[in-house]
Amino acid sequence: MVGLLHTIEIAIGATCLGLLIGIGGAYGKLYGGPVVRDLLAVYTTVVRAVPELVLILLLYYAGTDLINQVLAAVGYQRIDISGLAAGIAVLGFVQGAYSTEVIRGAILAIPQGQIEAARAYGMSPGLLLRRITLPAMLPFAIPGLANLWLIATKDTALLAVVGFYELTLATRQAAGVTKAYLTFYLAAGAIYLLVTLVSNLIIGRIEARARRGMPSLKEAR
Amino acid sequence: MAPGAAPALEHLAQNGAAEAIHVENLHKKFGELHVLKGVSLSARDGEVIAIIGGSGSGKSTLLRCINCLENPTSGIIRVNGEEIKLKADSHGHTVPADRKQIERIRSKLGMVFQNFNLWSHMTLIENVIEVPVHVLGVKREVAIAEAEKLLARVGLAEKRDVYPAYLSGGQQQRAAIARALAINPRVMLFDEPTSALDPELVGEVLKVIGDLAREGRTMVLVTHEMKFAREVATHVVYLYNGLVEEEGPPEQIFGAPKSERLKQFIRNIG
Repeated sequence: MVGLLHTIEIAIGATCLGLLIGIGGAYGKLYGGPVVRDLLAVYTTVVRAVPELVLILLLYYAGTDLINQVLAAVGYQRIDISGLAAGIAVLGFVQGAYSTEVIRGAILAIPQGQIEAARAYGMSPGLLLRRITLPAMLPFAIPGLANLWLIATKDTALLAVVGFYELTLATRQAAGVTKAYLTFYLAAGAIYLLVTLVSNLIIGRIEARARRGMPSLKEAR
Repeated sequence: MAPGAAPALEHLAQNGAAEAIHVENLHKKFGELHVLKGVSLSARDGEVIAIIGGSGSGKSTLLRCINCLENPTSGIIRVNGEEIKLKADSHGHTVPADRKQIERIRSKLGMVFQNFNLWSHMTLIENVIEVPVHVLGVKREVAIAEAEKLLARVGLAEKRDVYPAYLSGGQQQRAAIARALAINPRVMLFDEPTSALDPELVGEVLKVIGDLAREGRTMVLVTHEMKFAREVATHVVYLYNGLVEEEGPPEQIFGAPKSERLKQFIRNIG
């Protein structure tokens, strides 16, 4: 149960971090200067090219090492980075690359006239993002972001390799101790399925809300 | 008048109305394409300026330069006597120098677009109160009361909680006019407001615009509806190939055009 809780914590944290990176990344790719665009292109390409397991190992060990070296260099004590924070940071970094592309596509799908109207009425860039761009791109982004969320819930299992106690590692330990492999792995599978089913319900609600201004396709047939 | 009085007073006309919009020697290039080649335009309070011209004459671009939706390449634009500050960016493009200034000026210009451009994730009433509440800082209840009046005025009171996608083009455009009125604009800018409408819906939108013109709203109107321009405009500007070919009161422009091109244009349209 603690394992499940950790899994969900990491998935939520990583998805939120990924969304923030994604919004910033998409904005940078669409409206940023050439340097920003190039940097983001490198980020999304590299992160999406390298297997997540490799990235996790790399960022987890190299990342904590780097932070400690930096801390040591400026004269602070080494710190123990909590597995939770590291897991969220690593998966969030990976998620950010994917959601950058999802959100960029969604922003491009907004009828540009709506953004132009907001500019024509004197909205500042921040207000425009908050009031118009984000809510207007949401219906186009949700299917892709829902995918990312479900992938995030399962990617948490990869953190087992760095010794983070989440659902998969908990299952392996319990199964190892009791030798009831089938029972525990089936149970773990069922729990992942349950997480997905509950997620689908919630995502459906969010999507219906995001699409509130759009006639359903059924009516248009 | 004391010397150095408010700049807006410099532009007092003989009839005493202040100049709401002043455009002088405006140029606009899109890359190699020279769309506006030195256009000047003036709108005093209460005037209805109709800009007419063929496709590609630069009339929409001229309108969009007034609130810097397009950045002019060079020229002077004054709104309410306040000159829009422009500067060259690192690529040599002209851009507004002061974002706050341009946002303030834009919030006084009610723009109505060819394709309505209502915000699709908001109901009509939300569309109408959006700018008053979030840009102008009007209290929500006050804005809603005002918005209800405006929607009633354009005949959409019972559609207040409907999303734009469920409405006809004519209804959407009337809602867009209510959205523009909600900011109590100094000048209303219309960019071909009926060009995207089915013919049978044009009339309802023109009626709303005509009513506004008759009650003394200052407007700049880009239109293909010559009959309408003749009825409501106080001044007509005919653009040809990025220049003002001829301008004057509607009786003169439509009744006794001087320029050969304008004569031909009116023949072709009429």
